[in-house]
Amino acid sequence: MNNQPRHPTPSQTVGPFFRVCLAANAEHGQLLPGTPPRITLAIRIIDGGGAPVDDALVEIWQIEGERGLSAFGRLGTNEDGWCEFETTRPPIPAAGASHINVCIFARGLLHHVWTRVYFADDDRLSSDPVLALVPEARRPTLIAKSDGTTPARWMFEVHLQGACETVFFDA
Amino acid sequence: MRDRIPSGAGTHPPLHYPPYQSTRLRAPSQPLVILPERLADLAAPVYEWWSIREGDNDLTMHRGGEAQGQRIIVAGRLLDESARPISGALIEVWQANAAGRYHHAKDTHPAPLDPNFTGAGRVLTDGAGRYQFTTIRPGAYPWRNHDNAWRPAHIHFSVFGRSFEHRLVTQMYFPGDPMFAYDPIFQSIPDERARERLVATYDLSLTRPEWALGYSFDIVVRGRDATPFESVR
Repeated sequence: MNNQPRHPTPSQTVGPFFRVCLAANAEHGQLLPGTPPRITLAIRIIDGGGAPVDDALVEIWQIEGERGLSAFGRLGTNEDGWCEFETTRPPIPAAGASHINVCIFARGLLHHVWTRVYFADDDRLSSDPVLALVPEARRPTLIAKSDGTTPARWMFEVHLQGACETVFFDA
Repeated sequence: MRDRIPSGAGTHPPLHYPPYQSTRLRAPSQPLVILPERLADLAAPVYEWWSIREGDNDLTMHRGGEAQGQRIIVAGRLLDESARPISGALIEVWQANAAGRYHHAKDTHPAPLDPNFTGAGRVLTDGAGRYQFTTIRPGAYPWRNHDNAWRPAHIHFSVFGRSFEHRLVTQMYFPGDPMFAYDPIFQSIPDERARERLVATYDLSLTRPEWALGYSFDIVVRGRDATPFESVR
């Protein structure tokens, strides 16, 4: 077996028929059970025409406490474009504000797109190094809003395209 | 403005690709914001709640009875761009049945369902980054992208590597498929050589006598410390 560098494998769309494999288990919407503080993170995917995306796969990746690992969840969206995770508010990173990475796959996305969700009540938002890279006018697209209930229920709308298009990242 | 994911020029499709109609309202139109690596660093998830069982990589026997179709073995290695194997990584696959129909409520193609085939499998790579599935060759199927549109036969792959940046969802195709030329999803990959990397190779050494045809398919995820082939940024 040679160890020559290899070219990467191209991405292709997840297509519309992934549910039997990637979104068959509702338990995959529960992250770090028992870890406080508990939150609900409701995520909605909307297309460039304002219609809900009812066949998206949404993954959340977040830092898990002291172990330096990632907690992971994934769900398919429902007919109104929503999916709802139960998780914990992630710890505050060394620099910046608490956040969760959100990865979106769907028919029509030839490569997945990813973004970050921050929390509107976080007083570290103004010192976050990633938000600082984003044009100020677009920063609100990365901030979830709470409906004020307890335990906290946070809502995050992802606009794939259009006037209020969400900021997506690459590394 | 750049709307391409920048890893290996010509490797990944652009997000906006009009011949694939579903991209028109779903592809972001603003440029991606590039993060320094230290800000995007996240380890791959721990699979402690996946409870992967022996046999989950055999799609032909999921429901006790045998699936209909040409039995095949698909195997390969999961590597980073430096050709280092990635062990203990989750690979999941899903596919249409031999008649070209998915086990899915919204697949309305009037082809027969196979009661013994759900078309989903999963496996963890071994210490050398190897994986293997036993399945049946999927059928081609029609879709409504354009007049008389058919997808070439393919198996969907979902791959986790060591980190968030390794995440990959792709499709594996079969050699010599006459539908490649007409398929906008396959053709969305700019570089012809990159397209060929999604085509499995018939492999006599994987072929089991009197049992199943073998195809090899290696998967290479982008690697942070990989040797760059092309100027990509």
